[in-house]
Amino acid sequence: MENRRRFASLMGPPSLYLFLLFLLPLGLMFVYSFRAGITGPAHDVFTLDNYRSFLTNSHFHRLFWRSALISLTISVISSLLAYPLAYYLVFQAGRNRVTLMTLLIIPAWTSYLLRVFAWKLILGSSGLLNSLLLSLGVIEKASPMLIYSRSAVIVTLVYVWVPFVALPIFAALGRIDRNLLEAAADLGCKPWEAFLRVTLPLSLPGVAAGFFFAFIPTLGEFVTPLLVGGASGQMYGNLIQDQFMRALNWPMGSVMSLAMLVAVITLVFILTRLASVSDLVGGLNE
Amino acid sequence: MTDYAVELCNVTKVFSSGRGAKSEDVYAVKEMNLGIPRGQFFTLLGPSGCGKTTTLRLIAGFETPSSGEIFIQGKPMSKIPPNVRPVNTVFQNYALFPHMNVARNVAFGLAIKRVPRDEQKRLVKEALELVQLADMGKRMPSQLSGGQQQRVALARALVNKPAVLLLDEPLGALDLKLRKAMQMELKHIQEQVGITFVYVTHDQEEALTMSDFIAVMSDGLILQLGDPTTLYKKPANKFVADFIGESNFIRGTVDSITQKSTKLRVLDELVTVDAMEVNLAKGQAATFTIRPEKMMLKTKQPVSTEALSGTVQEVIYIGTDTRYIVTLQSGESVVVRVQNGCSPDVEQFSKGDLVKVVWLPKDARLLAD
Amino acid sequence: MNKHRIFSPGSIYFLLVCVLLYLPILLLIIFSFNDSTRLVFPLKGFTLQWYGKLYENRELLKALGNSLMIGFGSSLIATILGTMGAIAIVRFKLPGRSVFLAVSALPLVIPYVIFGVSLLILINEVGMPPSAFAAGLAHVIISIPYALLIISSRLVGFPDNLEEAAMDLGASYWGALLKVTIPICSPALLAAFLLCFTISFDEYAIASFIVGTDATLPVYLFSQLRFPTRLPMVVALAAVLMTVTMAVMLFTEWLRRVGQSPAKKG
Repeated sequence: MENRRRFASLMGPPSLYLFLLFLLPLGLMFVYSFRAGITGPAHDVFTLDNYRSFLTNSHFHRLFWRSALISLTISVISSLLAYPLAYYLVFQAGRNRVTLMTLLIIPAWTSYLLRVFAWKLILGSSGLLNSLLLSLGVIEKASPMLIYSRSAVIVTLVYVWVPFVALPIFAALGRIDRNLLEAAADLGCKPWEAFLRVTLPLSLPGVAAGFFFAFIPTLGEFVTPLLVGGASGQMYGNLIQDQFMRALNWPMGSVMSLAMLVAVITLVFILTRLASVSDLVGGLNE
Repeated sequence: MTDYAVELCNVTKVFSSGRGAKSEDVYAVKEMNLGIPRGQFFTLLGPSGCGKTTTLRLIAGFETPSSGEIFIQGKPMSKIPPNVRPVNTVFQNYALFPHMNVARNVAFGLAIKRVPRDEQKRLVKEALELVQLADMGKRMPSQLSGGQQQRVALARALVNKPAVLLLDEPLGALDLKLRKAMQMELKHIQEQVGITFVYVTHDQEEALTMSDFIAVMSDGLILQLGDPTTLYKKPANKFVADFIGESNFIRGTVDSITQKSTKLRVLDELVTVDAMEVNLAKGQAATFTIRPEKMMLKTKQPVSTEALSGTVQEVIYIGTDTRYIVTLQSGESVVVRVQNGCSPDVEQFSKGDLVKVVWLPKDARLLAD
Repeated sequence: MNKHRIFSPGSIYFLLVCVLLYLPILLLIIFSFNDSTRLVFPLKGFTLQWYGKLYENRELLKALGNSLMIGFGSSLIATILGTMGAIAIVRFKLPGRSVFLAVSALPLVIPYVIFGVSLLILINEVGMPPSAFAAGLAHVIISIPYALLIISSRLVGFPDNLEEAAMDLGASYWGALLKVTIPICSPALLAAFLLCFTISFDEYAIASFIVGTDATLPVYLFSQLRFPTRLPMVVALAAVLMTVTMAVMLFTEWLRRVGQSPAKKG
């Protein structure tokens, strides 16, 4: 029917592009995980050695779980910090809520790299915070502890993610029918009770959306660890980058990436069950 | 053939809801044969889901028939897409283009046909005058009221001088007073312009007010086709009688049949109904219908009338009329409408009174179910 | 009813967070004018020399040129593809919609390292050398979800039979899209374009894998981070970039709200 042809014409080009530059590379990566090497004769040898190495390498596993833990910490802290922000905007900011939300979001859209860089400058041993504390006499010499650590990675990424996590929570809270809260009050609930029994449960899909929206991409983080992580702050993404750029062991790197991809897909699947995707979308649209 | 502006020949439209399960198919239009005469105000009337909007969209070309053929001005339309057909539509939600002002909206169809600019201007001016929006050309749709938007939609369609104008419940969103005013305006415009109007509505009063011809539809089928008077006075079946205006339905058993009339037994009373084109056998159950305003209440049955006995249940005074709800001996209820202050021999009754509900034999109709 | 006190705990918290969000940016801007190679207080004096150095730096200008070009190109493609996808999803109720939506939204959550790595493999397999152009191709993928969301949000905001009305008046389907749908979406199209541009312009992770020596601006910036003497110049660059981005994003937000139905505002 005419309708179907138009639909196909519209969906065709974006689908083709997505296939060629998104799905196809992933497929190639899968193929690479079985190769023995990148070039030359090794290129065409197929082997399971990479998988064997991966499964027996405890260092990789440790780093994988450490990254998961770091990402989890970041997402949890971001969600906890973001919730009161969203709550304030929806329930107390009145007509200014959209303007204020925009105010919150605008700096978050500036370059990720530059923001991490700025924090590096602030936290570094010859940086602002140290020189400030030194001049105030709070500490005696510059502390390198603020930077090049796991905590630095966590602080920096929380800083990056809080505004984005706030968006779906903002959307979910905004959708709550005020009549429900009035009904709760009418039936005897004190404000904090109404919050616990009505507001919080209804906002959970938005919270879940925000949580996963931060959690899943940070699993593969490598830029922030590179800049402020030091030795103890390295994450799984750094391992992958290393395999590809320094060790030139692309097959191994592919295996590692696939492992992460499997984790990502699983989490996305859980996300679609738990969270409201419309909250995520709604949040991004605000 | 060419006396008809639009013809549907055996048109069926099926909507299958995915997965191919046959039981889920919806037959929106079932083997419809319809001829819409030229220059008439023709209405498709029926409840929601009866297929009237689907029929309209089939004529417009937004849906294609599953089987059958549609002709406009004698030409088959099966291969012709909507933008080429000589029809234009006034949509229920007006569908005005929000990014263009009124004049550009109205000129849209002309611009597509590459009508020269000054010609466009002239035609737009004409069209806007026709709908009494002469100096609104520069306004944006969002600045107009519902009624004004609707008139712009009308002008936008008419300016293209289509062979047929399709109107899909265009007055639905207007308030009562405005709707009634627009009904008369639309009728006058149609008479003035002479184009065939095919109008879709579920409001039977609206249909009766405006139409030259009405097709009453239900469940994808045309139940009766006729002018308003015929439909009102001589409904072909229970559905049409019930849908158009208000009706009483009284059941009985056939007692005897002659050439001219049929005697129905209602409990222990006999009622004579003029013979109609309905085939009945003795002993069969039958229903006859009569309009509330054709009935009267009397203490004693007058000569040359038919009557049934009953008790007054409710008396409702609504200014111009008094409505009596009377329970017959058989248990059925009838509504009788009596105009107030009309003639001296109108009797007044109160709740609980025993009455005879009387009517003239010519006002009752025997129904095919 | 909540009392609208200016200094409730909620508003103080909000203010604090805002200050923290803007602080690094403000500091960068302040120090970009500081007449010193070290980023410490107290400030030494006002100077524009670091901005001057930006002009003279040929590598930087080349990287800037690359970023501008692939930013423009990838945003254009992403906006066009996103618009086509949005119209398909919003206006047609046909099977395949949800799969398409799922696949096109997926890049929102996939870690960028996976994009970088898989695309590196791709260009190696097809024999394309690493370049800014390759990064540009990748940027389309990560931008499409945003373009899709912005355009479809606009599309649901106006009645879905405007295309039909245009066809009824004689336009072909594609003519209807061009004359009616696209013009109505124009603020959203611009907003999507600008957002995609911002995303591409600032993108480092994927670019670091596939630009090779053909640096984009973020890649160039990163390479300068280990040279302490270059720091002030980097700070000046950062200040410029962040300010421009914020201005563009403000404009984009304003665009997205223009023409949105009144019910959505506030």
